[in-house]
Amino acid sequence: MQQVVQEIKNLSIGFTSKKGQQISILKNINTKIKKGETVGIVGESGSGKSTLALAMMGYVKHGLYTISGECLYQSNNILKMKNRELEGIRGRKIAMIPQNAGQSLTPNLKIGYQIDEALKLHTNLKKENRDNKISELLNKVRLPSPEAIAKRYPHELSGGQQQRVAVAMALAGNPDLLLLDEPTTGLDVTTQAHVLELLNFIAKDTGTSMVYVSHDLGAIAQVSDRVIVMYSGEIVLDGPVRNILKNPIHPYTYGLLKSIPKLTLSGLPDSMSGSQPQPGTIKQGCSFYVRCQFAEDKCKINSPELEFVNEFNTSVRCFNHKKLHKQKSIDTSSSKQLIKKIQKNEILDISSVSISYAKQKFLEQLLNKIDDSNPTVKDININIDKGETLALVGESGSGKSTILKSIAGLIKTKDGTIKFDKKKILSNDLKKRDANNLRAIQLIFQNPDESLNPNHTVEEIVSQPLKLYFGLTGEELKQKIIEVLEKVRLGEFYLTRYPRQLSGGEKQRVAVARAFAAKPDIILCDEVTSALDVSVQAAVLNLLQELKEDFGTTYIFVSHDLAVVRAISDRVAVLYQGRLCEIGPSDSVYKFPSHPYTEVLLGAVLEPDPDVKPKLVAEDIVEEKPPEKGCSFQGRCPRILGEICKTNVPPWQIDENGNAIRCHIKINDLKKQQKLN
Amino acid sequence: MNSTIKEEKPKNTISKVLEVILTMVSRPSGLIGLIILIFHVTLAITSPLYVPHDYKAIDPSLMLQPPSSEYWFGTDSLGRDVFTRTILGGRTALTVTFFGSLIALLWGGAVGIFCGLVGGKIDDVVMRIIDAFLSIPWILAMLLIVSLLGTSIIVLIPALGFFYGKGIVRVARAATHDVIAKDFIVSARARGHSNFSIIWNEILPNVRDAIMVEGAMRWSWMLLGFSSLSFLGFGVSPPTPDWGLMISNARGLMSFAYWSVLAPIFGLSSLIIGINLTADAFAKALGIDRSTKAPV
Repeated sequence: MQQVVQEIKNLSIGFTSKKGQQISILKNINTKIKKGETVGIVGESGSGKSTLALAMMGYVKHGLYTISGECLYQSNNILKMKNRELEGIRGRKIAMIPQNAGQSLTPNLKIGYQIDEALKLHTNLKKENRDNKISELLNKVRLPSPEAIAKRYPHELSGGQQQRVAVAMALAGNPDLLLLDEPTTGLDVTTQAHVLELLNFIAKDTGTSMVYVSHDLGAIAQVSDRVIVMYSGEIVLDGPVRNILKNPIHPYTYGLLKSIPKLTLSGLPDSMSGSQPQPGTIKQGCSFYVRCQFAEDKCKINSPELEFVNEFNTSVRCFNHKKLHKQKSIDTSSSKQLIKKIQKNEILDISSVSISYAKQKFLEQLLNKIDDSNPTVKDININIDKGETLALVGESGSGKSTILKSIAGLIKTKDGTIKFDKKKILSNDLKKRDANNLRAIQLIFQNPDESLNPNHTVEEIVSQPLKLYFGLTGEELKQKIIEVLEKVRLGEFYLTRYPRQLSGGEKQRVAVARAFAAKPDIILCDEVTSALDVSVQAAVLNLLQELKEDFGTTYIFVSHDLAVVRAISDRVAVLYQGRLCEIGPSDSVYKFPSHPYTEVLLGAVLEPDPDVKPKLVAEDIVEEKPPEKGCSFQGRCPRILGEICKTNVPPWQIDENGNAIRCHIKINDLKKQQKLN
Repeated sequence: MNSTIKEEKPKNTISKVLEVILTMVSRPSGLIGLIILIFHVTLAITSPLYVPHDYKAIDPSLMLQPPSSEYWFGTDSLGRDVFTRTILGGRTALTVTFFGSLIALLWGGAVGIFCGLVGGKIDDVVMRIIDAFLSIPWILAMLLIVSLLGTSIIVLIPALGFFYGKGIVRVARAATHDVIAKDFIVSARARGHSNFSIIWNEILPNVRDAIMVEGAMRWSWMLLGFSSLSFLGFGVSPPTPDWGLMISNARGLMSFAYWSVLAPIFGLSSLIIGINLTADAFAKALGIDRSTKAPV
């Protein structure tokens, strides 16, 4: 029997509603965290996973309180402890790594000082020993030249480095238990893979128990030994990672895994209908009943208990888990293939576009000198056919959103032209574009909370483009709004709602409806699914695809999620530091990642499968500026040739599949080398 | 699909206003503030109908009478009834400052939102001018204006409105900056809406609350300012009853006829406290934290 670090017994946490009703956020949670074990907690937003993680530190958010149960650390209930006692435990015995390290580090104190503070608080080391310890900790989290890093301020580090510093600080007290709340969510794919690898190493090296909270099954698969799946404040599944992710015996996990787009599969994943119930709305029966495809009558009335299944060493909260077991594995399931309706009819022509963020200084303005030889985005040449979905992929800072905004006219281009429908050159000044060109290009944004005016009703939101472009009024306008809403599977019922009254998926549907109301030719999608829960993401992707098939709209789809891109795009353009690396049909790009950067990027993608490890080929250094000369990827390229890459801009090469790459290495040689690995 | 929606009925403007008021009175401070304010406003509107004495009737034989059943708050140095003058004394102040705040709200809000939206050089220039005005002691500037243009209400209302609107400019600008970076504004720009349409449809509904709360706060400041002017003899001219003027006239007699100065002081301070409490409760009911939203 392994030593238990923390035990949670019958824990329920909740709040009292305005009507005086007691509403639980967490319901009867029972679990044990063993020594040296990494436990992943997954769930959609609102499933109570963060509340559980905070409770493990003895913290309950303002407004919430413990209804029943206890959270035992060394057989003391930490939820009942006084602040004084908690001070001795928090950070020293149980440490936490928050989601956004950039915000959790004090901006005006040097890294070394902040770690020193943690050491002073949690250890009895003397000053000179502490200095050594700081270097040791920074070394442990694999930051290059610890002495230099310790002298820097948080803003001088990249997101990945900041997260490493947060890990180092958490390790300062040598804790028994490390709680990680979505620690890699804001990071780039390659950085994320590196941080997860580091966490795995630390778990093995120090024997610290970890609780890893995330919505991302890919990340969970890489780090956890055991996975807890939460739904609506309950544990629905609890067992070893392989059993959970390969053979899920709970319908929610089954549906969740099916709704995740995968790199190995083209076509759209199945979507799960509905959304998680609001706390307090489920009075009886299974909380997953409404969305469950295996539900029976008894599920409506009786709520299932957590039941231990010996065969899988897993606890499950479902009456029908045996039936589900027979359903077999996830990957063989067929996903919906895209219906392609691409016409050989160029709708948008982006030629040699450069965009610069450099501002003229006062003196330069006087001398009338414009000199930015190294713009943020340079030499972008892309033609897009009518009805095509082109995806722009790359890490943050790759210029993908910048290109999108310049097409929309929100950012001025420095050089080059953007032609719409073969002849019309789109002015780079939004004010000079005529109404028809403005109508033809519509945007959908990442976060519907920000893109919908919180003080407008759905009716007002959708009416904006209709009034502006078509001058509709009165009854005609209302009919049209209802028509558009029905197209995105929302009804008349929604007209008078405000965005805050809608779920995340519904909000994004309203944003889609607003874009389609203008009858656009091109829709620019900026990370449209990354703010959504996994099960909702699939539904929105399916909706976009259906609308495209109905209207023949062209999409330009920006995303950092390569699996999502794989699912929806016809063609992929890979960007690094504002320069194109590779562009080609998505099937061939994903099958033969020819450009070294594409290889790095695809290698780092996390699959929700503990047996598929990401390949870490390149260092996760972050470059602030594109290089002045030569190939944009020279700084991180694992296959760098030498001087030529640093001096000459690589030529375009095209292979037999129509895959164009920009590299000095011959395309066939690259493929051979990649196969060898 | 409908089951996922929260049970919240769509609201019209009246029910929204009602809800805000209900939230305000649910706190003791909001309830007290609102009661004081309503009491003062009602008094100001209706008091001429039931004052017991003529406010300008001078009677030397009744000089400085202490409070009695006939003269509840006593009489002043000219033998006028203090009670009558006190309940009438808030009328001019309330009227002038109410319309003054309205003007402050309108011009401050408009300029603030506009500067926040356009930014750049225009914003820089306007804000530096505002800063320059903020650095001039207001009472000095006000005295200059009234001594040049006279003390009529036509001059006082816009002058006060201008001086107290400067603070609102900054609040409106800050609130606009909060929403300007949001994607719904970017979206409206990309669709090609005009600046006016963006201000009216997208920005105003989101900054209106902050501006209104600031306007309510400015009201109490302006009331104090106006009374100070009267106190200095530049506001209301005698014999019109006014708290500032009454305090000024009676301040020398404070040691032996405390009643003649206490009543107007009580009137003025209770009204200011009432407005302040109401504005605070109003801010809380709208979900605005004044400690973070008010830069000046």
